[in-house]
Amino acid sequence: MTAPAPLLSAFRQAFSEAWASGAGLLLPLGFFAGTATLVPFTLGGEADLLSRVGPGILWLALALSSMVTLERVFQADLQDGALDLWLQDTGSISLVAAIKTLTHWLVSGFPLVLMTPLIGFMLGVPAEKMIPAMLGYAMGGLVFFLWGGVAAALSASVARGGLLIALIALPLYVPALIFGVQMVDAGVDSPSFLFLCACTLFALGVAPAAMGAALRLAAE
Amino acid sequence: MSDPVLIAGHGLGAVRGERVLFQDVSLEAAPGELILLRGANGSGKTTLLRQLAGLSEPQAGTVERTVLHHWIGHTNGLKAHETPRSHLRHWARVWGGDTDIAAILTEMGLKRPANVPSRMLSAGQKRRTALSRLRLQDRELWLLDEPFNALDTDGQARLANMIESHRAAGGSVIAALHGDAPIEATREVEL
Repeated sequence: MTAPAPLLSAFRQAFSEAWASGAGLLLPLGFFAGTATLVPFTLGGEADLLSRVGPGILWLALALSSMVTLERVFQADLQDGALDLWLQDTGSISLVAAIKTLTHWLVSGFPLVLMTPLIGFMLGVPAEKMIPAMLGYAMGGLVFFLWGGVAAALSASVARGGLLIALIALPLYVPALIFGVQMVDAGVDSPSFLFLCACTLFALGVAPAAMGAALRLAAE
Repeated sequence: MSDPVLIAGHGLGAVRGERVLFQDVSLEAAPGELILLRGANGSGKTTLLRQLAGLSEPQAGTVERTVLHHWIGHTNGLKAHETPRSHLRHWARVWGGDTDIAAILTEMGLKRPANVPSRMLSAGQKRRTALSRLRLQDRELWLLDEPFNALDTDGQARLANMIESHRAAGGSVIAALHGDAPIEATREVEL
């Protein structure tokens, strides 16, 4: 598989699979909005407090909702035999897995970024912080989905692997979370944002190989 | 000139838990051959076939393949949302080359359900869709796991024909079968 054609097809297949799942597409959105909306009820409605913790709450909601639908991404491939077909040719399963994960981010992670202003204003996040926050969520979301993808690949052969995904992926989220929360306060031209981007690049470089190896193991 | 061998497995073995499934299995497939893997349920036919396809690492022995192969596993590889047409179009794109998908669908008797999502297809129709992949690209080696499963009489005859013409064209087939074979094998490997 040398041409980009297989990767384009992988994208198309993953996209139409996500699209066909219908309501599954909206699950992370609902989860994201739901978690963030609960916060004012638990912390009280003081505007000062909410606007201070708001960006952090959104990060938390983003990290949790990234895992809602990841369970099925590779498990379905394993069960319906599509994984065997991807594996049968050459060693590009890593690339296919990366494409699938990125497609998944595009379909159910990127909409979360677009929804940020709505929830952000509700929590009283200052308007000037909204753009850096959204940039951060886009970058951080990529990290979450990539490491989440590794966890999903590792637990593909485990029935009800959802909780296992959380256990494997959450520790890997920590660096991106630390820099992400900092960069919302410090702005886009801060070192924190660069470190966040570094986290994304690192995940982009390492996660596909890890997913590939995990999927080969799952198919055994 | 040495005989061209499409696939060769030497001293293959597999272990499940503490039980040896099979050991020291060697086989070679030359053009035109049909090798049947026979054995009771749980004897390791699928495991051997997966080792030959490179999907599982052999626990003993080596596998050498010299050509591309088609894999038809016991799962069909269809996604629930895919229709026979979109499934074939997808893999045609992945493998490259322009095949006439409409012709393949007609030939495989899938013209009527061509646009029905696979979750609404019968087991036999799904099997036919999977087997249609064999037509998408010419590959000399076919590895088939229980290919006749779920097929009706007409489907079985069709598949037997496909295998015959594939062999006549110099291809070779290795198939795992538990029941009666509607095809004449050149060799059988008993597990």
